[in-house]
Amino acid sequence: MKTFELKNVTCGYKHTPILENLSFSVTEGEALCLLGPNGVGKTTLFRSMLGFLKPLAGTIAFDGQDIAAWPARTLARKIGYVPQSHTPPFAYPVIDVVTMGRLSRISPVASPSAHDLEVAYASLDRLGAGHLADKLYTQISGGERQMVLIARALAQEPEMLVMDEPTASLDYGNQVKVLRQISRLARDGMAIVMTTHFPDHAFLCATKVGLITRDWVRFGSPDEVVTERTLGETYGVDVRIVEKKTCDCGTLKGCIPIVEFVAGRTAA
Amino acid sequence: MREQLNRPIDDAGMSLPSAPSLESGVGSLLALSSNACAGGAGETAPASCGGAGETAPVPCGGAGASAAASRGAAGVRAARKAKRAFPVLVGLGVALVVVVLASFALGRYGMGVLDVLKVASNQLLGTAFAVDSAHVTVVVQVRFPRIVAALAIGAALAAAGASYQGLFKNPMCSPDLLGASAGAGFGASFALLMGANMFVVQVAAFVCGIVAVALTYFVSKAVSRGESMTLCLVLTGMVVGALFQAFITMTKYVADPDDKLPSITYWLMGGLSSANLDDLPLLLVPVVIGLVPMLLFRYQLNALSFGDEEARALGVNTRFVRALFIACATLVTAASVAAAGMIGWVGLVIPHLARMVVGPNHRVLLPASLLLGGLYLLIIDDLCRCLFAIELPLSVLTAVIGAPFFIYLLTRGRSTWT
Repeated sequence: MKTFELKNVTCGYKHTPILENLSFSVTEGEALCLLGPNGVGKTTLFRSMLGFLKPLAGTIAFDGQDIAAWPARTLARKIGYVPQSHTPPFAYPVIDVVTMGRLSRISPVASPSAHDLEVAYASLDRLGAGHLADKLYTQISGGERQMVLIARALAQEPEMLVMDEPTASLDYGNQVKVLRQISRLARDGMAIVMTTHFPDHAFLCATKVGLITRDWVRFGSPDEVVTERTLGETYGVDVRIVEKKTCDCGTLKGCIPIVEFVAGRTAA
Repeated sequence: MREQLNRPIDDAGMSLPSAPSLESGVGSLLALSSNACAGGAGETAPASCGGAGETAPVPCGGAGASAAASRGAAGVRAARKAKRAFPVLVGLGVALVVVVLASFALGRYGMGVLDVLKVASNQLLGTAFAVDSAHVTVVVQVRFPRIVAALAIGAALAAAGASYQGLFKNPMCSPDLLGASAGAGFGASFALLMGANMFVVQVAAFVCGIVAVALTYFVSKAVSRGESMTLCLVLTGMVVGALFQAFITMTKYVADPDDKLPSITYWLMGGLSSANLDDLPLLLVPVVIGLVPMLLFRYQLNALSFGDEEARALGVNTRFVRALFIACATLVTAASVAAAGMIGWVGLVIPHLARMVVGPNHRVLLPASLLLGGLYLLIIDDLCRCLFAIELPLSVLTAVIGAPFFIYLLTRGRSTWT
């Protein structure tokens, strides 16, 4: 079992620790969903997990080895990073963007081979996005771009994916499609760490949840961690969690915030 | 359409095939063929706004079959893609040979292409065609160094420009971004002010160009303190460039207006008329030393154009690659300015043109920029020496031709970089 583990990690910038004494682990087949309000340090944690930022204390280890000593190349073979989608200055064809996922697998003085290109096409096909291959990355929709970035991370052939708000600024349908792919990847044995601003997503695709607030941090199963009380404390809003048992999908669970004027009921 | 919209999708995994959109051409045909196994061939998926990805998962049952089909399709697509860039580069190579031959023949002292070939054959292959000795002198002593210099400088500036544009994620970058040109210009002006000979002038220009960029690099390294260096470099580059421009102005101000000032001004305008066989290594050696690593590591630039952290997450040693490209680009730019003065526009316009032809992937873009840059500067230099009775300064023509050409590129090819 390959395990990615943080032990008593304090991360942050010089003299200003942002998250202190954090411990959690993700193994293959697990999807960890990080929840928390803006500004609690999710991005800082991500940067530490990807080796951009050395932890101020504690160790981040992959399969028992401390990643702090790893060069970017080794790390990229183990951990695929899916950033929030953005537009690059140049209009690369989608397949070129995905092929860049092979950078850690080829020599620094080489260009991708036919095999690398094949892996890239296979990654796109795996996400059902093969038809995008010849389009320009700058001209596809946000949802498609997110798929392309996931495909690029898959082309790295990593053992873990780290996704920074994969559903941010996507429409409802595309959010569901991305979540469906995430849960499918986890089922295929990928370890996944993602952030989101929707607690519902934790019920939809996560096997583990990390709730990060300014005062406390809690890790556990979605049912344990995401409760009406914890969400209330985390986000400072009144939330109800509703459950519906259906025959073929198991139990559906969702979070609904209590808004003062609920549409249609304002008259009453 | 309605029928499809109402079609039930069961949760077990039966799903819509990827929607082939109309405009994706061959790609959609191939996608279609791989979808055939998914049992939904030929049906266009509902409401695909530009194929907005009815990206439902591949059905579990048909996964094996469709994976096999897509591998076949991938092979075809891979082959097609790899072939696309090749003819362009070959075409550029052929054009280059033609223009080089024409450049040997054209000029105040005109001669036929056949004469040029005879001289070349005598010199290179040891044949013994009867040739005019004046032809030999013109071809070997005058035009050969000039043509080689034009090719080398054009290639160097275009490659440096393309690298900087990729490195700094900005299509508006040019090789003088970090102060290389201004530094070299100051070095040359100062040497001219001191009355040095041309060799010393070139060396001074070369050294000062490198010093200016080193200054930019280390100042921004100190200022950025390990955070993303890109923006810092650009801003510091502007500052250092402005500083050295001020030094140039000061040099001109104190120069003797009858003797030194004209020679400084003339040098700064740029030109290749002083190119000769003896000084050629001074240009060629640094240019080759700079261009080879740039070509070797060119694929890494693609990742850097997505930003520092993304490139690192993809496994690129960003610090090393960035330092390498800055060092190499500086080397070739300083050598170019030292040999031919301040030549603008080549490093800005040519990468754009190349990007329009072969796309933004640096794997092909860099070699294409190299060839196009050499070709472009050679043609410009031919115009400089043939257009009028007096020779025009190189920087004037590169700007006069480059500026409108750039505007044209902006109106035509925005999609390649916006």
